[in-house]
Amino acid sequence: MQIPCPICGPRDRREFYYMGDAVALRRPGPDAGDEAWDAYVHLRDNPAGRTRDLWYHEAGCSAWVVVERDTVTHAVHGSQLAAEAGS
Amino acid sequence: MRYSAWQVLRQGLTGNRGWAPVWRNPDPKPEYDIIIIGGGGHGLSTAYYLARKHGLKNIAVLEKGYIGGGNVGRNTTIVRANYFLEGNSQFYSHSLKLWEGLERELNFNVMHSQRGLINLFHSDGQRDAFARRGNAMINQGDDAILLDREGVRRHLPYLDFEQIRFPVYGGLYHPRGGTARHDAVAWGYARGADSRGVDLIQNCEVTGIDVKGGVVQGVQTTRGAIRARKVGIVVAGRSGQVAAMAGMRLPVESHVLQAFVTEGLKPCIDHVVSFGMGHFYISQSDKGGLVFGGDLDFYASYAQRGNLPMKEHVMEAAMTLMPMIGKAKVLRSWGGIMDMTPDGSPIIDKTHIEGLYLDCGWCYGGFKAVPASGDCFAHLIATDRPHEAASAFRLDRFRTGAGLMDEEGTGAQHNLH
Amino acid sequence: MRLDGKGLIDRQKPLSFGFDGRPIAGFEGDTVASALLANGVRLVGRSFKYHRPRGILSAGSEEPNALLQVGRGAASVPNVRATVQEIYEGLEVASQNRWPSLKFDLLGVNDLAAPFLSAGFYYKTFMWPRAFWERVYEPIIRRAAGLGALSGAHNEDLYEKAFAHCDLLVIGAGPCGLMAALVAARAGADVILADEDSMFGGRLLAEEGEVGGMPGAEWAKGAVRELAAMDNVRLMPRTTVTGAYDQGTYGALERVALHKAPGGAAPRECFWRIVARRAILAAGAIERPIAFAGNDRPGVMMAGAVRAYLHRWGVAPGRKVALFCNNDDAHRTAQDLSRAGVDVAAVIDARGEAEAGGDYPVYTGAHVIGTRGRTGLREITLRHSGGTARIKADCLAMSGGWNPSVHLTCHTGARPVWNEKIAAFVPAEAAVEGLIPAGAAAGEFSTAGCLADGKRAARQALAALGLKPGRTRLPEAEDSAGGVEPLWHVPGPGRAFLDFQNDVSVKDVALAARENYASVEHMKRYTTQGMATDQGKTSNIGALAILADATGRSIPQTGTTTFRPPFSPVSIAAMGAGAQGKGFAPERFTTSHAASVGAGAPVIEAGLWYRPSYFPQEGEVNWRQSCDREVMMVRQAVGICDVSTLGKIDIQGPDAAAFLDFVYTNTFSTLKVGRVRYGIMLREDGHVMDDGTTARLGDEHYVMTTTTAAAGQVMRHLEFVHQCLAPQMNVRFVSVTEQWAQFAVAGPLARKLLSEVLDSPIDNESWPFMACGPVQVGGCAGRLFRISFSGEHAYEIAVPSRFGPALFDLLVARARALGGGPYGMEALNVLRIEKGFITHAEIHGRVTAFDIGMQGMISPAKDCIGKVMATRPGLLGEGREQLVGLRPTGAVKQLTAGAHIFEPEAEAIRANAQGYTTSVGFSPTFQSFLALGFLRNGRARHGQTVRIVDHLRQVETLAEVCDPVFLDPKGERVRG
Repeated sequence: MQIPCPICGPRDRREFYYMGDAVALRRPGPDAGDEAWDAYVHLRDNPAGRTRDLWYHEAGCSAWVVVERDTVTHAVHGSQLAAEAGS
Repeated sequence: MRYSAWQVLRQGLTGNRGWAPVWRNPDPKPEYDIIIIGGGGHGLSTAYYLARKHGLKNIAVLEKGYIGGGNVGRNTTIVRANYFLEGNSQFYSHSLKLWEGLERELNFNVMHSQRGLINLFHSDGQRDAFARRGNAMINQGDDAILLDREGVRRHLPYLDFEQIRFPVYGGLYHPRGGTARHDAVAWGYARGADSRGVDLIQNCEVTGIDVKGGVVQGVQTTRGAIRARKVGIVVAGRSGQVAAMAGMRLPVESHVLQAFVTEGLKPCIDHVVSFGMGHFYISQSDKGGLVFGGDLDFYASYAQRGNLPMKEHVMEAAMTLMPMIGKAKVLRSWGGIMDMTPDGSPIIDKTHIEGLYLDCGWCYGGFKAVPASGDCFAHLIATDRPHEAASAFRLDRFRTGAGLMDEEGTGAQHNLH
Repeated sequence: MRLDGKGLIDRQKPLSFGFDGRPIAGFEGDTVASALLANGVRLVGRSFKYHRPRGILSAGSEEPNALLQVGRGAASVPNVRATVQEIYEGLEVASQNRWPSLKFDLLGVNDLAAPFLSAGFYYKTFMWPRAFWERVYEPIIRRAAGLGALSGAHNEDLYEKAFAHCDLLVIGAGPCGLMAALVAARAGADVILADEDSMFGGRLLAEEGEVGGMPGAEWAKGAVRELAAMDNVRLMPRTTVTGAYDQGTYGALERVALHKAPGGAAPRECFWRIVARRAILAAGAIERPIAFAGNDRPGVMMAGAVRAYLHRWGVAPGRKVALFCNNDDAHRTAQDLSRAGVDVAAVIDARGEAEAGGDYPVYTGAHVIGTRGRTGLREITLRHSGGTARIKADCLAMSGGWNPSVHLTCHTGARPVWNEKIAAFVPAEAAVEGLIPAGAAAGEFSTAGCLADGKRAARQALAALGLKPGRTRLPEAEDSAGGVEPLWHVPGPGRAFLDFQNDVSVKDVALAARENYASVEHMKRYTTQGMATDQGKTSNIGALAILADATGRSIPQTGTTTFRPPFSPVSIAAMGAGAQGKGFAPERFTTSHAASVGAGAPVIEAGLWYRPSYFPQEGEVNWRQSCDREVMMVRQAVGICDVSTLGKIDIQGPDAAAFLDFVYTNTFSTLKVGRVRYGIMLREDGHVMDDGTTARLGDEHYVMTTTTAAAGQVMRHLEFVHQCLAPQMNVRFVSVTEQWAQFAVAGPLARKLLSEVLDSPIDNESWPFMACGPVQVGGCAGRLFRISFSGEHAYEIAVPSRFGPALFDLLVARARALGGGPYGMEALNVLRIEKGFITHAEIHGRVTAFDIGMQGMISPAKDCIGKVMATRPGLLGEGREQLVGLRPTGAVKQLTAGAHIFEPEAEAIRANAQGYTTSVGFSPTFQSFLALGFLRNGRARHGQTVRIVDHLRQVETLAEVCDPVFLDPKGERVRG
């Protein structure tokens, strides 16, 4: 399995740490309320198909990367730096 | 048809022509009292206990593929009750007791074999953590023995005690732990449920859940609409999709966990051995294959297969722990889809929709839970009250923070288990 | 029987090996199977369940029967296919799963009991009495099960793993694969050509047909010569591509030295991870047997295998050979044998028409319905239009057609597609991303077709790679269709076997269908069809056809079971190469490691690090004595401890302060330059993630310390928070754990010692508690932090790692001169327990700041990671287990960690559990065991007596609940 790092190019999956749904980028404000926080930390769409998830190029350039990927076929459709992905 | 040695003999003498079908192939009826979505281990045992303990008859189990084709048919078959947190402790204890009578209960040999489980530890800190676990097991009324290094050596002389990267300090021995024949569990429950009138409907995929005014009405399937007063969702890795049909978002992510079996070998590993530092656990099946597994592949997936990095990691763990295993050859590897909750513990609860119930979040520990999950879920569906052994498995614990059961201590957040 | 003048073996190099202790002669180039057949050995094994005699079925890796134990002692390998193992001088092989001997196997009695051992019989019995399963039935079943055996000895052989990258991986070097490799390599692509055989050529080595006007094997040799001369080609013989994974990754097993005696410098096997931009599957096809009564007898073989033994190895597998088939291709077996002078007893073709190809009787529309011969075939019975006949034969070649080797195309989830024309499954379209099936693997069975398809596939791959193919002319070759008419099963009495190894017969599959195990997966699991070491390579499709028939469905309706990796079994030693012993995980050593070991300190693992446990002195006979002395040494004089393993993260940038305020619960923007502050950080779920001190070295420059265990996790977390949650902040991090050697200097004489060592002495005014800054030591720039993990007046001094060993020696020497010395992890642990400092034994992932009494450290003035979730109602209040100290008060003075806490009179059961102990040490300062632990509502219970029960170690202690800080609660010593 290979993950495309926007900085380093396609690299072996071994170099990456996996974080999960890129929903993690959209941190609620402190006053957003318990439902918003529950949704942020716990609830997931968990799609069977295309998803955007977060990978950390830990054994590489240290970039956090948003990867667009298919959870059924494992096909990778693209990636971008998390810092540039906005929310 | 009752199974027995006598029956095997009788049928053998008459050409094995008299064996009856283990279950029927009914067509779905337009309406049931209770529909169980998912014909895996948990769904089948739920249907069985609904019929057997609660006297309910008008039940259907809807399975999109074949009975027992999910995780109950693709796991490492370990049965244990070595949890230590309130909630898990009593539940798995209850499950193990059900296992211990399962052959008689089902009149089906599920080959539950209590050959003993040994969890190895590799530092003083791990020993203390396992001591806490072992003491909790005894508090619960189950069995646990703390072995020192020599104690482990007596049971598992083939481990590498000299060169191993993380030396063995000792182990927590759980004599009642063991294994069972995974397919037989599904088939035994299916046969038992079928014989009590439950309709097991294979190749019937649920495509929608009908809800009106906050009350469940039935389901849409590839074989037509079916009405029901109560619907239970027991679909493991597919929980997210099925719950979404009822407009719910669950605290669940689906991940792939791989497992492996070697070619058949003469007996060489008598126990279930678990090597926490390497995320590696192994036992030997009655057929002679070494059955073993490791950690998640660590990426969300619905493919029942994994990749090389985790495979290699598992083999590496095997080689540092028990180098005698090197000449054994891996015959087959496969993957199961795990419904991972944030704290690594399951959910058996009502939902906000009346008549819709949820049993999910078994992570990578669902096999040993099959009897108690069915018993407790059946109890909840039949009585609308949680079974006391499963009252901690609440859906709202993440929102409230009360009663989180994070056995690994890695965090009640996704992707940390 | 060896035939003169035939075969690709080297007759100048005779070799000898042992089979069950009996010497067998062969030649270089022989496999164990070819040599055994050359010597007339037909019985080589016993089947799994009924222990029926088994011979050699095939000539390849699909072999289900001829499995042998190879080698002796620790080098012994079970379940080796005789058809794959090459012979070498001194090789020893033994038959398996028989006792006392292969010829007379006592468990052969199982075969007589076969009516009672039908598919799944064990699910229906062995249930009474209950205790008998573990004690009686299962042990008997276990002993009878399994085939070969592990030696039980630690592996002593070398194995290897490697990565390879290429433009094009060609899997299989038969006519199709060779052609594909030639076309791609000539166009300049980086090509890897892998084949499981020791020689390249595939079926060309096993047939007589010509390619390009020369014998096929000659053409293959020429192609290999050309490929071998090209820099952009890597040839990998003896290499089985075992699995297809995501993004063009393939697993492959190379049998580097299995054809040689163990003990050389080369690894036995190498497991390859091949990353290929494109791949061509030219893995050929596998011939399938026909199910008829007695089809499992030694001497019954695949027709293609008989030709392979004839042409490749110059061996006739029998003196009188019969053929039973349903296709044209198989007739070549009779023709070739006949031409080679072997007696062909009869050709039995199930089809209505077939041409005679030689001087032998041909029966059309006929079937073999039985065989005889106890341990080897003597006679066959056939049924033809005119009745039945018995024919003497010692070898029966059979062919039910060919199945394309689609296995790899199924590894990422695709299902193969039924092709009516060849009555076989072929690969689905685009089954594996980047993998192009070609030749026989794609259902193209003629040699000419395979060559053309190899070229086509190579051109397709080149186009995808952006390379231009040159002109390549296809050599001329045989081009005939197979003419197969499906025949799965010859009905009649007797057992017709499908899975020869697991003894699954047609009756078993029919029984599964009758019992409604009608899904193909149910049938497989119920009968164990296809679950043997060959994974049903020769038998699955036949069984599927029987099941389809029994359930009234077509084969495509019935579907297939799933082919999963590996294609053929992979030894754990190869896939786990490098990990045996210490190789499993990196070993991290501090700069003082050698000095600690030199001082006699036992080292223990701390995560990936090694740290000294204690430093024994003369006269100390157990670790407790050393530990007690080291603790008192720190309390009364000065001790030195290497703390370099703690994570150190350098944080710089204009927003460094604001960033730290966001990741820590408490505030670091208010920290003055030259000062250190203790902080805790939470996970977003509100639980404590890690703690440590962070020093401010400049306005925009901090150094964070993490615990040893969480260093990696914290670094990852900081990068996450920055890049994902606060990318607008101008701040950067780098781990400097390895760059600095850092030593704790702790004890009342710490300042005295440091003043002797530092280039300028220090005092309490310039270096108060929690001060930090640059210092010079021996002319070298270092850093000094006045922090304490022992409760003593203490410092940590850091220097660049290269000076670590020298500084450690210097500090220890000075400490010894002051009545102190080095201390290890045991003393460190006792010191911190006395002071009530926590480690990951306490912050074990399930605790909150509230639980450890640090809720006040969550600043109300700002947001931070985890703050909102930490205020969830379930994480606060009296119901929580809170950090407490515990000291024994009763007659029993011992405490243990991992014990549970109860009210003094309560029964020690789950319902009454109030908490547990986490850390325990014997405190020489207090002359008592002390414990830290968690107790429900513990902070309100100081002074109460509780009972601490450790069932496992059988220790029960009455203890008083107290504040976790046992020593110097006012903190006067650290400020001294």
